[in-house]
Amino acid sequence: MPQPSAPDHTNAIEINGLNKWYDTYHALKDVNLTVAHGERIVVCGPSGSGKSTLIRCVNSLEAHDSGTITVDGTRMGDAASIEAIRAEVGMVFQQFNLFPHLTILQNLTLGPMKARGLSRADAEDRAMKYLERVQIPEQANKKPGALSGGQQQRVAIARSLCMEPKIMLFDEPTSALDPEMIAEVLDVIVDLAESGMTMIVVTHEMGFARRAADRMVFMDHGAIVETGTPQEFFENPKSERCRTFLNQILKH
Amino acid sequence: MKNIAALASIAFLAGCGGSGNWGWYVIDPTTHQGMSHIKFLMNGFGATILLSVFAAVMSMLIGLLVALPGMSSNRWVRLPSRIYVEFVRAIPLLPMLFWVFYGLPVVLKSMGISLSIDAFWGAVITLAISDSAFTAEIYRSGIQSIARGQTEAAKTIGLTYTQTMRYVILPQAIRRILPPLANQFIYIVKMSAFASVIGMQELTRRANELVVTEYRPLEIYTLLILEYLVLVLVISFFVRWLERKMGADESR
Repeated sequence: MPQPSAPDHTNAIEINGLNKWYDTYHALKDVNLTVAHGERIVVCGPSGSGKSTLIRCVNSLEAHDSGTITVDGTRMGDAASIEAIRAEVGMVFQQFNLFPHLTILQNLTLGPMKARGLSRADAEDRAMKYLERVQIPEQANKKPGALSGGQQQRVAIARSLCMEPKIMLFDEPTSALDPEMIAEVLDVIVDLAESGMTMIVVTHEMGFARRAADRMVFMDHGAIVETGTPQEFFENPKSERCRTFLNQILKH
Repeated sequence: MKNIAALASIAFLAGCGGSGNWGWYVIDPTTHQGMSHIKFLMNGFGATILLSVFAAVMSMLIGLLVALPGMSSNRWVRLPSRIYVEFVRAIPLLPMLFWVFYGLPVVLKSMGISLSIDAFWGAVITLAISDSAFTAEIYRSGIQSIARGQTEAAKTIGLTYTQTMRYVILPQAIRRILPPLANQFIYIVKMSAFASVIGMQELTRRANELVVTEYRPLEIYTLLILEYLVLVLVISFFVRWLERKMGADESR
């Protein structure tokens, strides 16, 4: 049974002693992370450092091997708790993962209608509201294949928002985009951040991180190496590995 | 075009009738007796088609029920499905037909179920089971060709397994599944000839019976082969049309 949440003093996400292995590969090593309500976290680190695995554990797309994850007061465990957590958590993927056989509108109404039991009219009203928020209401009746990558990713964000989550996870949301489309997607995410949404964003977009993050998390080899405010993180990184990483990605 | 060529070859063979070795009179449509023989043979079409359609529909249902657990991430759920496919694929059709027709009623009776299996249902069950191992593999490859990201996206918007299959995966997989399934139908039509050995009055059985009374195997079996040829060509034509239609849909 999901434990009742105590809204004022629980955190949005509490991760304690999290470990994950892929066979013999130790993908997450004793990860601890607490995210307050309304906090915006940016996770960065070299590829293979476990960033994506970490946020995919938060909504149980990956099972963890030991440690605990508590989302909005619900401790992850049985199927019911996972369902309850997924109802609170939206996710945006690197590859968008829109449903290609459905129109944009159908992509947005599917979850609200089937998982939440909304009527078609209510689901469509909600879908149009969020399509306007990501500034593409005019694409509602097209299939995803007819849209640019940037537009598709904005639709994917709107699709998540239609479930009205309390927490949003972004897994490298701009990594599959052509450079000229990155800004339009980041603008939508910044807008969302400013509205007070709790979010964890895995990204290499350091300009975005400076603009939107409350806290930076740097991971390497499956462990959290360093956390801090963007100012501390960029101007005075404590660890050598973090300095090396920042030098590499900020050089260009 | 092929049908015309087939008719032309009949006409050519018919021309050999005078040589003494040929006895095309037995199926000569211009004589009363020849015509009644042809009618007798052609009356097997109904049973062959009905048998094939029933077997194909049943095979598609069994195949789906076998394929779905066969894709589970849990190996113990997967195992029975794999065993079924390997086991059924290994049994030749004819022995299985004998077993179902002569043996299965005995097994059922020992379980307290008194059920006589007539030739039609004996053949339908055997063809369906035998073919289901192949349809299961067609489903599996079709469904697994849909990217994992689709399932993950469906999970994050709260869809259950059944909803994910119904609204997200199967509508996409069906385009890749239908053409090979329709192709598999051709095999069922051809394999249905085995039903003649348990007394099913289909195309082959009727040809056999006429051969016994008329003793004109060459002519009668030639016509039998042409009967199957026409039937299969019609289905092939339909399959190709389906493939074109599905292919056109996919690119949209």
